[in-house]
Amino acid sequence: MSVSSSPDAFPWLSVLIFSPLVAAGIMAFLRGERLQRAWALVATLVVALGSLPLYWRFDPTTAAFQFVEHASWIPALKVNYTLGLDGISLLLVLLTTMVMPLCVLASWRYIETRLREFLVCLLVMESAMVGVFCALDGILFFVFWEAMLIPMSLLIGVWGGPRRIYAALKFFIYTMSGSVLLLVALIALRLHVGSFHIPDMMARPGSGVFQCWVFLAFALSFAIKVPMFPFHTWLPAAHVEAPTAGSVLLASILLKMGTYGFLRFCLPITPYGTQVFMPYLLGLSVAAITYGGFAALAQNDLKKLVAYSSVAHMGFATLGIFVLNEAGIEGALLQMINHGVTTGALFIAVGIIYERLHTRELARVAGLGKHMPVFATFLGVFSLSSLAFPGTNSFIGEFLVLKSAFLYSPALALCLVPGVVLAAAYMLRMLQRVAYGGPANPHHAGVKDLGFRETMSLAPLLVFVFWIGLHPEPFLRVMHASVRHLLAQANGAAAHGVFVSP
Amino acid sequence: MEATTDIRLLLAILAPLLGAAAVMAAGNRPNLRESCSLLSALSLFGLVASLLPAVQAGQRLVYPLFHLLPGLSVALRVDALAMVFALSASFLWVLTVFYSAGYMRGLNEHAQTRFSACFALALFGAVGCAFADNLLTLYLFYEIVSLCTYPLVAHHQDEESYAGARKYLVYLTGTAKALLLPAMVLIYVVAGTLDFATDIRGGILPPDLSRGVTTALYVACLLGFAKNGVMPLHSWLPSAMVAPTPVSALLHAVAVVKVGVFSTVRVMLYVFGADRIEAWNLGLPTAYFVSITILVASIVALSKDNLKARLAYSTVSQLSYIILGVALLKPAAIAGGIVHIANHAFSKITLFFCAGAIYVATHRKSISELGGLGRAMPFTFTAFALASLSMIGAPPVAGFVTKWYLLNGAWDAGAVGIMVVLLASTLLNAAYFAPVVYQGFFGPPASEPASSPSPAEAPWTLVVPLCLTALISVAIGIYPNFFMSLVQGILR
Repeated sequence: MSVSSSPDAFPWLSVLIFSPLVAAGIMAFLRGERLQRAWALVATLVVALGSLPLYWRFDPTTAAFQFVEHASWIPALKVNYTLGLDGISLLLVLLTTMVMPLCVLASWRYIETRLREFLVCLLVMESAMVGVFCALDGILFFVFWEAMLIPMSLLIGVWGGPRRIYAALKFFIYTMSGSVLLLVALIALRLHVGSFHIPDMMARPGSGVFQCWVFLAFALSFAIKVPMFPFHTWLPAAHVEAPTAGSVLLASILLKMGTYGFLRFCLPITPYGTQVFMPYLLGLSVAAITYGGFAALAQNDLKKLVAYSSVAHMGFATLGIFVLNEAGIEGALLQMINHGVTTGALFIAVGIIYERLHTRELARVAGLGKHMPVFATFLGVFSLSSLAFPGTNSFIGEFLVLKSAFLYSPALALCLVPGVVLAAAYMLRMLQRVAYGGPANPHHAGVKDLGFRETMSLAPLLVFVFWIGLHPEPFLRVMHASVRHLLAQANGAAAHGVFVSP
Repeated sequence: MEATTDIRLLLAILAPLLGAAAVMAAGNRPNLRESCSLLSALSLFGLVASLLPAVQAGQRLVYPLFHLLPGLSVALRVDALAMVFALSASFLWVLTVFYSAGYMRGLNEHAQTRFSACFALALFGAVGCAFADNLLTLYLFYEIVSLCTYPLVAHHQDEESYAGARKYLVYLTGTAKALLLPAMVLIYVVAGTLDFATDIRGGILPPDLSRGVTTALYVACLLGFAKNGVMPLHSWLPSAMVAPTPVSALLHAVAVVKVGVFSTVRVMLYVFGADRIEAWNLGLPTAYFVSITILVASIVALSKDNLKARLAYSTVSQLSYIILGVALLKPAAIAGGIVHIANHAFSKITLFFCAGAIYVATHRKSISELGGLGRAMPFTFTAFALASLSMIGAPPVAGFVTKWYLLNGAWDAGAVGIMVVLLASTLLNAAYFAPVVYQGFFGPPASEPASSPSPAEAPWTLVVPLCLTALISVAIGIYPNFFMSLVQGILR
């Protein structure tokens, strides 16, 4: 994959990465909570709007990296400041910038202490997250990857629920141990390739054994982030304790970094390793889908339920990736976007319930729909989207992944069926309880339906649910070239004769 | 056959959708709310009826809505098969609006707004299924029907109705997700499209698809559309009878269950194709398989004293006639099966209407309590008797037409066993319907506390619709040509 020769005149990506940081700096001088909230909202909105030209200016006909920026950073270590986007990262960047204003809206009343610090954390997170998706240099990627860790741990540890310290620590330890392996893999590649430049790494695959070890290091670190079964245990804890905005960021963006890592590093840089370990990762994906489904069905805490549903949904994404065909990877990419939209919305919805009732217990929330019909409608649509109801976004993603599974082997596709059924079961169970069920609850008296701000925090996601669900072409269009190129790289090992087909 | 784009298809499915929105907006103003329902029911029926001449002329009307992926879209079409279903469902909705207004007000039911809105949404789903141009659209509307009828089944919001509604949803969405969805994806993978074929012979599957895969897909579709009530996945239907009677009447005799059989028939004929089913010898085994349902459900119906439960098992049994007819793959049998979608709709809705009218007038649910009521409620019980005759298949009522064609088709197919099944089921039908009518007219009056008022006919909003449907059942028995000529359009 060549870096396009003439870098774009305007440094789009640098501006996008550093403007939230600048906004965070200005935040330090603002007094008054109203002003701080308004500033955070304006800043994130401006970044969101500012990221839109990326889509228009993106050329979907080529797999080459676009908007490339290149500068020398630490010449002694051959570390460069290289940024670029392709069809795999573009939508993830846009998802990140779009979700941020919604996070600010969802925290409007939720955060009552240290508001300024909270908003600074959010803005720093935005910089780091966009950076991860744009970085084309291994060390730069690693720096952004680590930079996310601290504000996220703070979000959980400072503004979280009663067991926040435990959850923050667990999150930190898990992700940190993954990061160490990531660094090891990057250094090993640096020694082999001679640079940290990611496209260079893709161009020079190592020997079979080397690839296997590098793949394992990468895969473990990304599997923790996704999280794949059995590395998922940090996720429910982190979600339950995190404030709404933290949960939304975690679900919508951070989990995607694991699957993004698979696509950016494992498949193109270690194609042989990918082929060797593919059956195991497929097995773990099926396990995640089924286990996540059963676990979600057993939850009485709304956040835990959504958290386990995340494990299942991300299982679909990893499965699509490791089936190694076009439908699979496009389905996985779309599933990543869908999960960001839908699960983000569900966490905002749970936050809305929590602000009113100060509980997330399903039994005590039951029957809320009577008092909040508008909210119940929103929740209904997002739950249906989550169970991949036809006409919603997840249906397209799941359909593509199922198609890819059938293309790989019908047996694999049939293994997914229990997970698909379970998704309907746990989401409808939740929806039935919240929107409908139970005797009249005295605690619900006087509960108000959604206000304008809350409606605005959910409505944009609703638009995307139906937009992707009924007209996915604009989203799939930008993927095609990059996905084909990625597959050519991932199957390159077979062409070189290193890989013995099963 | 050229397809013509026609906006009326879209308008037709929008009518009940907008109707539901209007009902919600009208909220607690009952007269306005019922007017909204009636208006959308009338406009739906008007739009469907206006499509009739084109369909009779053999035109195929389509309306593409959304393009999702190559070969995968949301699109509408109307042909003769769709017309038989859409016409009967939309016409009966008009009558049911009157009936349910009378029923719900007569019993002072709660949450009438939600009830009417969900009712309209269920019709939206049903008409969407009828007009689906491909398997994905069919699946989409099929699922909409499942979800929108949940609040109707759980209407009473007590333990029993929650249990019934949970079973309803678990069976219907469970089978759809577990069987239909994988089958649909696999069909898409092998055929590259989910668009229905334009005739009933060829289907859309590639010619070289192996027999094993075809059979697996076929079974998944037959059982996946669990709304068709084929045993062993039928038991959601009797459980769903906890719903108020108008729901049982329109949805569980017309819309929901017919969505099931309609979808099954649509997929059998327009995805697999009659030739393929015949080539892999799947037709006759299917006919024998659903024969089990016909007989067992009839026998179970015999044992039920609750009137609605007996009607529910009768429905399970009658639905399989439709699949049986199509599975025989002979023109006469296919025609008989499809026309039974309409025949059974008019007759069974009459029976449910009667059961509801009896309940509103006397609060009685059991057959054993009906003694002598026929003299107090002559219109209701006469209608019930006529519709029973249709179920039994006696001339000149609608059900006779079905049985005649089915028997002809079975003879053509040389399936003596099926003929025996049809005759046996006729006897069973007579055995479980005749006692109800007998009890009504000649049974000893149930002992009543002296204080209770003597029973009389239910309000006219209940009695007029059930008389009309009973008369129509007779009319389409005497003049079967209207629906039969439509069905001939399918066989062309």
